[in-house]
Parts: sequence; structure tokens; C-alpha cells
Amino acid sequence: MSDSLLEARDLHAYYGTSHVLHGVDFRVARGEAVGLMGRNGMGKTTLLRAMLGLVKPRGGRVWVQGTPMTGAEPYRVARRGIAYVPEGRGIFPNLTVRENLVMAARPGLDGRRAWTLDRVMGTFPRLGERLEHGGAQLSGGEQQMLTIGRALMTNPDLLILDEATEGLAPQIAAEIWRIIRDVKGHGIATVIVDKNHAAVTSVTDRNVILVKGRVVFTGDSSSLRADPELLQKHLGV
Amino acid sequence: MDLASLLIQLLNGVQYGLLLFLVASGLTLVFGIMGIINLAHGSFYMVGAYMAFVFASATGSLLAGVVLGIGLSVALGMLLEWTLFARLYQRDHLDQVLLTYGLILVLEELRSILVDNDVHGVPVPPMLAGSIPLTANLSYPVYRLFLSGVCLVIGGLMYLLIQRTRLGMMIRAGASNREMVQSLGLNIKLVYRLVFALGVALAAFAGMIAAPVSSVYPGMGTHVLIICLVVVVMGGIGSVRGALLAALLIGIVDTFGRVFLPQAAGVVVYLVMAAVLLWRPEGLFRSI
Repeated sequence: MSDSLLEARDLHAYYGTSHVLHGVDFRVARGEAVGLMGRNGMGKTTLLRAMLGLVKPRGGRVWVQGTPMTGAEPYRVARRGIAYVPEGRGIFPNLTVRENLVMAARPGLDGRRAWTLDRVMGTFPRLGERLEHGGAQLSGGEQQMLTIGRALMTNPDLLILDEATEGLAPQIAAEIWRIIRDVKGHGIATVIVDKNHAAVTSVTDRNVILVKGRVVFTGDSSSLRADPELLQKHLGV
Repeated sequence: MDLASLLIQLLNGVQYGLLLFLVASGLTLVFGIMGIINLAHGSFYMVGAYMAFVFASATGSLLAGVVLGIGLSVALGMLLEWTLFARLYQRDHLDQVLLTYGLILVLEELRSILVDNDVHGVPVPPMLAGSIPLTANLSYPVYRLFLSGVCLVIGGLMYLLIQRTRLGMMIRAGASNREMVQSLGLNIKLVYRLVFALGVALAAFAGMIAAPVSSVYPGMGTHVLIICLVVVVMGGIGSVRGALLAALLIGIVDTFGRVFLPQAAGVVVYLVMAAVLLWRPEGLFRSI
């Protein structure tokens, strides 16, 4: 438990009246990169949102850094070192790039201030050139960099990326993947949801596949790559 | 009409507009950020005016009354947000209208019980009681100029708060994506409570400083509410800049309407609103 950053046990969640999660167990250890896979509508985003407090689970438990946080206020979960880059990015279009970053700035749970505005600008030089631009003026790739940069400004222990490369041109997506590796290299744990399974497994230590709200596979990346039938069956690739 | 009289009317219009801005800015923020139509907002203006009357009578000083009144109105705002308005964010507009209309009745009744149903005057503080002569027989009261100055200073402070501070960034961010603000570890509910309390305090403060000019009377909140709804819709819902522009426009149009078209004084502001909305259906400005 102690080295577990985020842990869910027997999680049940509903979207309206439909039962989306059927007793999911999920765990991220300190510094670990976990791929969360499954076809559309299998419950990946709902699982993330239920653990983050954005969806109230109807059953099961959630711990964040060992503290019980089932259905806690989302801001409390975030303050325990969990940063979330949602699908569709969620930048604030009415704030400038600088404001998007500065408003999120916060020391990490252990008080470290490793990620500052300067460091984010160093990691994302394109953002540095556009600090005074409005969020809505950025391209899709720049918006994604802004969301990741903003998440890093909270000095998280865990970065959750939901479809971070969706809809991006290949070379922009490649840059996002380079940044994800870079972030992992700094010891920040990640949960990655992405349709590019080859890219996911090249970064992650462990992978979880969801089918209809149930975990059907948990294993390391090499065993997943070695089993093309499994990929074909559950992910259709 | 000579130039000096025109100037006096213009100053009156600007002063009325700036006062409307103080009330309307809170209404538009609460509407734009939390999505709440607060019909009781005018009642906070009334509450402020009565607090100025009661406290100024008790202490003999309008300033002491205002200081006390601001503290109490912030507390009232916090309390109302916590007990009532926080429950309205996820509800539809009909529920909001029902509850806030009920609140108007409750606040009027409380005013009747705690004070009375009479019209009261609040004396202008002696230090500001003078007039500035404009011509041989026309002069302009210092207190009205002071009123405009105070409103401008508060408008400037609000601009700095919203555009230059981290709280302001959170307020603006909360208007565009509440969930994302929370996911960054920021307590949006606390931000909402502060914004609501700020809106209550601004409306009440406007009532307090207007009391010596407008006198204090039952139902005074209702007229202010209606004209402020006009300002909010004209300025663009959620836009403080829009509220300032619309409030000045309404203040000046209303004042000159009374002078030049006294027969149509009641409808001039609504005609202007209709014209502005035909030109810009979403109001003068879009966001905060």
C-alpha cells in the first residue's frame, strides 16, 4: 500500500443509468507508467474520472497515496499529487498561456517546486513564444502541450493522460510522446490512455485492458506485445 | 438648456450609471460564472441602504455604518451561498427564479420587522456636504462627485482583481471550465463562495453610499434589480466590462430621457436595450 500512488478496488460506477464499471481493480505504483487500454466505451475515462472524484463511484474504494479518497472532492484528489490531462484538453480559452500555467502553480506534496514556469517553457519552447496569446489562439498541438505543461506546474507524483495525442499531426504526436518519456524519466508516474498501442507499450511498464467495464488483462508491455491475439481480440488491432 | 445644466445632467447620468455598475457587476459575475439568475440581487442593495440608515443613525457616522455594513454583507453573502445558492448551481433556471424570488419576499419582510415601512433619509456626511459652484446660480453637490469617484476606484480594483490576480484567473477559468479548475487542485466551491459574497457586498455597498442621495424606502431593491437585469443583458452576461459600458449608457440615457422626453422617461432605457440587442443579440461583450 505504501508505495501505491493511486489504487482502486472493486470500483463500480454508472453513467446515467448504465452500469459502466463492474468492479474494477486498478493500481499505480510510485514512478510507474501504466497503459490503460480498451476500445471506445469500455470505461477507461469513467475509471479515471471515478478515481479522480469527478464521477461518484457507487461501490468500491479509492486510495490516493494511501489515504482513503473514495468519491472525495476532485480538488482534494488533485492536491494529493494527481494531475489530470483530460480528453479534449480542457485549456482555459479565455486565459492567456501564461495565466493558464501560473494559475495552476503549486508545490508538490513533499513541498518540491521542480516544475516552474521557466522549466515548462524550457520543455515546451513553443509555449514560451506564445505566453501572452489567448488559449483559444493555439493550435491543437500547442493546446496539448499547454495542458501537459499546466499539469506539470502542479508538481504531481502522477500524471494521467487521456488521449493526449488524439487528432494531432504525426510529428506533433511524436513530440508529445518524447515529452511523456521525458516526464517518466523524471520519476513522475503516468497513466496513459491512447489509441496508439505500440507507442503506449514502448513507454509503459504495465498495461491494463478494460472490456465492458471489467479488467480482462494486466501485464507488462513485453508480454502484451508478445501476444498479438490478445491485442486483436480486445483492442481490434 | 445651457451648458452648465447639461453638464450637471451628464454628471448625474454618469453617477447613476456608475452606481448601477456596482450592483450589476455582482449580478453579471454570479450569472456568468455560476449560471445563477439571482432575482434577490436588488434586495442586497436594499439591505445595504437600510444598514447604512440604521448604523449611521446609531453611530452618527455614515462611514462607521458603511464599514460595519460591508462586514455584515460579506457574512450574509457567505451564509446565503453556503445554505441556499450552492444548492442551485446544478438546478435549472426555474428553480433559481423560485428560490431567489422567495428570498426577495423574505428580505422585504425582515426589513419590515426589523426596521419599519417608512421612508427614511440618510444625511450626507458633513465633510462631503458642500457644493461646487458651476455658474452664478448652479452648483453640483460634492457628495455626488465623491460617489462617482468611489465607484470608479472600486471598478478599477475589480479590474485588477479579475485581470491581474491569481484569484481572478481562477474566477475566469471557472467561468469556462469548472471541472478542470478542480482537477488542478483548486477549490472551485470556495471561489464561488467568494465571488457570491463579493457580489452581495458590492450591491449592499452601492445601497449604502447611495442612501444619502436616493433616500431609503421599502421596495427600493426591485427597481434596481430590473434596471440591473437590463444592464447585464445589454453588457453581455458575465462581462464586467460590458456591465460598466451598459450601466453608463443606461445611466446617461435614463437621466437625459427624464429631462428631454419626460413623457416617455419610463421606456427610453428599454428602447435602448432593444436597439443594442438587435445590433448585438449576445450583448456588448461576450466573456468576463
